[in-house]
Amino acid sequence: MTATGPRRRRISKFKALCLGMLAAFAMLIAMLVLADLSYLSSKGLSPGEVLGLLGQRRVIFALRMSVATSLTTLILILFTAVPMGYALSRYRFPGRVLANTIVDVPIILPPVVTGISLLALFSFGLGQPIKDALAALEISLISGVGIVMCQYLVAVPYCIRSAKTAFEGVPAGLEQVARVLGCSDWNVFWRVSVPLARNGLVAGGVMAWARAIGVFGPLMVFVGTGPRVLVMPTTLWLELSIGNIETAIAIALIMLSLAGAALALVHWLAPEGTAI
Amino acid sequence: MSALLLEGIELRAGSFRVEKVDLAVEPGEYFMLMGHTGAGKSLLMKAVCGLQPPEAGRVAIAGRDVTGLEPRERGLGYVPQNSGLFPNLDVRANIGFALDLLGVGNAEAAGRTEALAEELGIATLLDRSVGNLSGGEQQKVALARALSRRPKLLLLDEPVSALDELAREEICELLGRVHREHGLTTLHICHSRGEAATLGSRVGMMNGGRLIATGPWSELEHRLGGMLVREERS
Repeated sequence: MTATGPRRRRISKFKALCLGMLAAFAMLIAMLVLADLSYLSSKGLSPGEVLGLLGQRRVIFALRMSVATSLTTLILILFTAVPMGYALSRYRFPGRVLANTIVDVPIILPPVVTGISLLALFSFGLGQPIKDALAALEISLISGVGIVMCQYLVAVPYCIRSAKTAFEGVPAGLEQVARVLGCSDWNVFWRVSVPLARNGLVAGGVMAWARAIGVFGPLMVFVGTGPRVLVMPTTLWLELSIGNIETAIAIALIMLSLAGAALALVHWLAPEGTAI
Repeated sequence: MSALLLEGIELRAGSFRVEKVDLAVEPGEYFMLMGHTGAGKSLLMKAVCGLQPPEAGRVAIAGRDVTGLEPRERGLGYVPQNSGLFPNLDVRANIGFALDLLGVGNAEAAGRTEALAEELGIATLLDRSVGNLSGGEQQKVALARALSRRPKLLLLDEPVSALDELAREEICELLGRVHREHGLTTLHICHSRGEAATLGSRVGMMNGGRLIATGPWSELEHRLGGMLVREERS
């Protein structure tokens, strides 16, 4: 009688290569986070002292400003990106391919270009009437308004794309049945399409919010780094530029934590295989 | 006055065309629409529903021209091919989906939903998720939802084609009973000679986007015997 133990399945070289690359990349990201923590530890800072760094008035101001502007941006994004995603997924119209391309432009634009373009728009172009109207209300663009504009432009394509994918997953036949059963277009959208696309829409919103709170390049160009317009990314840069590396890294850890929590939520909400 | 009148209906979906369909379905008729896959039956039904605007022609329901009306304004009952139940709602919410849109109060909507569920033998399923139902049960829920609006014209797009034989027989029997007891006019798309012979008071045959013949089943079977055999195999 021969003893037969459990057979080991051989892993193919190809599979090992793919999994190895994935593991190496995951380790690289983990190392980046650990590097921040170990830097603070090497300076002999206790967790309490790190919290003390974050408790400085300018850091708290930046944190508040970041949360307030990014949540405002998120509301604007949800109001506008969800209908845009629905239009791209459901309607066939002249220029659809062009529109589908244009909404992605901010994703591939260098962030500084977005800032320069905004600056040009409100200095010389079509934005002048808007700037004048805001000025009449004593609202400056160098304020939360300008920050929200930058965040919106950079983050909205992520939500449009996600909403489009989510609505494409809702069978058009269900919407047709709802129409025959008595629904107007508006009823179909709220009673059938949005509930069935809900997870994808929430995931898209979270992704856009995480992107908005991390916007840096356009802000540097469009609103600058004045004390009234500091958000976390610009504060991080300012702290770094004056040599307060510990404070900069402490801010970076907050941003990493927020991004990590947002991504975890996105992956929890978005079904496996959903492109987000 | 016909329950459903189609006059010179022309439709286009991509390169496929439905050409000049004229059809009158009289009140109380159970009209079976047959034809090969791709003959244009479902497209024609969508035109009746208002989901496919005709390029030419006129649709009238109970004497009222509805050609330019939205689907919701036509007062139809509709059961699509795959039942079309809303997967995020339970059976009760699916059946009552249309009632608040009609302005039916909560108490009356609940009563109407339960009465329909009782009638169709699905009262025990009311709180179940539709994803856990068998194909036959799903079709009964879809039928109850279509009937909840109390339509005079019921449209059925291959309601039993995806069911096993036992479920098919049960649903066909149910459809015949509902048709009689609710005083409906029914337009039913099917592929089966058995269904057409059992249920249909009149049958229409479509081929290549044209309605090529209509008449009682016995007459049509005689005239188009070969085509009907091919149809059942398709």
